[in-house]
Amino acid sequence: MIMNVLFFKITLLIYFVSTVLYLLTVIRQRETAERLGFWVLTGGFVVHCITLVVRYVESGYAPLTNLHESLSFFAWALVGIFLLVELRYRMAVLGAFACSLALAAMIISGISPKEVNELNPMLDSWWLPVHVTLAFLGNAIFAVSFGAAVMYLLQERMLKSKKFTAFYHRLPSLEALDDLNYKCLSFGFPAMTMGIISGAVWAEAAWGTYWSWDPKQTWALITWFLYAALLHGRLNVGWRGRRAAILAIIAFLCLFFTYLGVNLLLPGLHNFNALEGM
Amino acid sequence: MNILVVGLSHKTAPVSIRERVAFPPTAMEKPLHEMRALPSINEAVIVSTCNRVELYATSNQPDVGIHQLKSFFASYHGMDLEELESHLYDYQGADAIRHVFRVAASLDSMVIGEPQILGQIKTSYGYAVDFKTVGLILNRFLHKAFSVAKRVRTETNIAGNAVSVSFAAVELARKIFGTLDGKKILLIGAGEMCELAARHFLNNGASSITVTNRTFDRAQKLADEFQGRALPFEEFTESLHQADIVLTSTGAPNFILTEPKVQEVIRKRKNKPMLFIDIAVPRDIDPKVNKIDNVYLYDVDDLQGVIQANLKGRQKEAKKAEQLIEQEIGKFHDWLSSLDVKPTIVQLRRRLQEIQQVELAKTFGNLQNLGAKEKKAIEAMTNAIINKVLHRPTCILKGGHGGEPGDNFVDPVRVLFDLPAISADDDMRSLETTGD
Repeated sequence: MIMNVLFFKITLLIYFVSTVLYLLTVIRQRETAERLGFWVLTGGFVVHCITLVVRYVESGYAPLTNLHESLSFFAWALVGIFLLVELRYRMAVLGAFACSLALAAMIISGISPKEVNELNPMLDSWWLPVHVTLAFLGNAIFAVSFGAAVMYLLQERMLKSKKFTAFYHRLPSLEALDDLNYKCLSFGFPAMTMGIISGAVWAEAAWGTYWSWDPKQTWALITWFLYAALLHGRLNVGWRGRRAAILAIIAFLCLFFTYLGVNLLLPGLHNFNALEGM
Repeated sequence: MNILVVGLSHKTAPVSIRERVAFPPTAMEKPLHEMRALPSINEAVIVSTCNRVELYATSNQPDVGIHQLKSFFASYHGMDLEELESHLYDYQGADAIRHVFRVAASLDSMVIGEPQILGQIKTSYGYAVDFKTVGLILNRFLHKAFSVAKRVRTETNIAGNAVSVSFAAVELARKIFGTLDGKKILLIGAGEMCELAARHFLNNGASSITVTNRTFDRAQKLADEFQGRALPFEEFTESLHQADIVLTSTGAPNFILTEPKVQEVIRKRKNKPMLFIDIAVPRDIDPKVNKIDNVYLYDVDDLQGVIQANLKGRQKEAKKAEQLIEQEIGKFHDWLSSLDVKPTIVQLRRRLQEIQQVELAKTFGNLQNLGAKEKKAIEAMTNAIINKVLHRPTCILKGGHGGEPGDNFVDPVRVLFDLPAISADDDMRSLETTGD
């Protein structure tokens, strides 16, 4: 029972180290720190995978049911996506962002209750891993695209105003950031769409109705429309650059609220506590 | 042996002086030989560029040497020393080493980090090699200076960011487009600045160049040079949307590109980003164009601003380079001080005496029944061998051989007998008293 918590703590520690390394890369421009950060983070990711498997074995169900598990899984997906991006784009600044975000998720996850509870029978379905994995894959990809969009706007403003800070030289080119933003959208959007659809199918199986206007569903739909608009704008209207970046940021804020805000602020079926009381 | 530097640079002398004391590259033999023939000077190198004229030499009498170098400098160019003196600087020992390392690493240049100076020193050194005015020390010294310059270049970011208009433009384009591969350039106007910038873009991967100019012939000529395409001036707006990077330098009194026009172009390009570089004064492009999404407009002042910021960055890097150079000076100075004749003779004798002691101990160990008398005789014999062996090397080191001064044999002797380098802190006097 304690094994998964032990692994969790090791993961947290490694993520902390890689966050420091990536921040060092950005602040002091050390290439060795970047390479080291990448390998440390990769190591942390492997340990994280073990953490998830161990928890699955110890609890007997996919560890995606409470705040602790959910945030840990989000951090896992985020790090995984970032490592993939880093292989191709080499963006230390994005690393600093992704690592910090993953670390923050891990810390909140770490201070949330970590006991393994009896699984709510309503969640006892193989739809649970399918639905949650797809949704979180989308979340993680869009978190990366959010980081890229912020970097794009920062740099675009410097290029337009012709006032450059020391940060300027550490940012990748506009083209690379815009490209990354688009790639994230084209992978994140299908993941998110399928996440919503799988949720609806599961809802039909569990509660007999595809859609019940639960706050989570409503907000997910709003977020989905925002990303759909962005994809449409990019594909058909020729949106790119600044405008696309701004929309990616708004959509991610909306997504963030859908993920955490709804759970913490609004009552509903997806609320971790509500489920326990049912 | 001491390294000497006498010279002047853009920091100490105006161009009106620098041009009078320059040594033309086509006639280096005479000054090099005359300098080398000065009585106190052993080796000679002359570096002459448009920003600095410097004499590098080695001498056993540094103060006399510097005076003779100064007199030579003035008289060679038919000037009075009094007139020149105030512009001249001189260095010896570690200061001379530091100065040359700094010059080679481009820390003393007008534009810090500019790459030409290293090549210019290499060429100057090449003349000295051709005319045989360099020997062991300056050879080693200048090669060291080249490697220090290389270290500075690779380990600091001193040459990192662009400090010329055309490079600054290329750097901006990289920031926007990532790579320049396959990017299309449009030149409007055939000015010299534009041409230079276009060349940099091509060298950095841009795929094609189109040139337009009010006089079509000039456009055609320039296009031929870049293997590009010429466009009649009246038609350029129609193909403007195909260009990723636009360079303008026409003499037009008014804007040739206005905001609505560029807005239309960017729509036609489906918002693919464009970079406009306006080098013309008065400007060719309405500054409002910069407000359009995905369009970046830089005029001459903007580029100058970028350059100024980059220069500041270079000055920061120069501080790192200075530290690096200080380390290298220490190392080189140690080597140089070990080249003195006297400690070398002492060390050489000591080395042989060490061997003698070891071998004697071995022999006496094997021959247990030797008496004190026999032992003394054997010792005396080995002493005699050492003295005979050392006689000629010592004479040559002290007095030279075949027209070459003794100093030139110091390094070979040190290599042949594997003598350890004397560090600068070693007390030389202790060596002297134990030896002779």
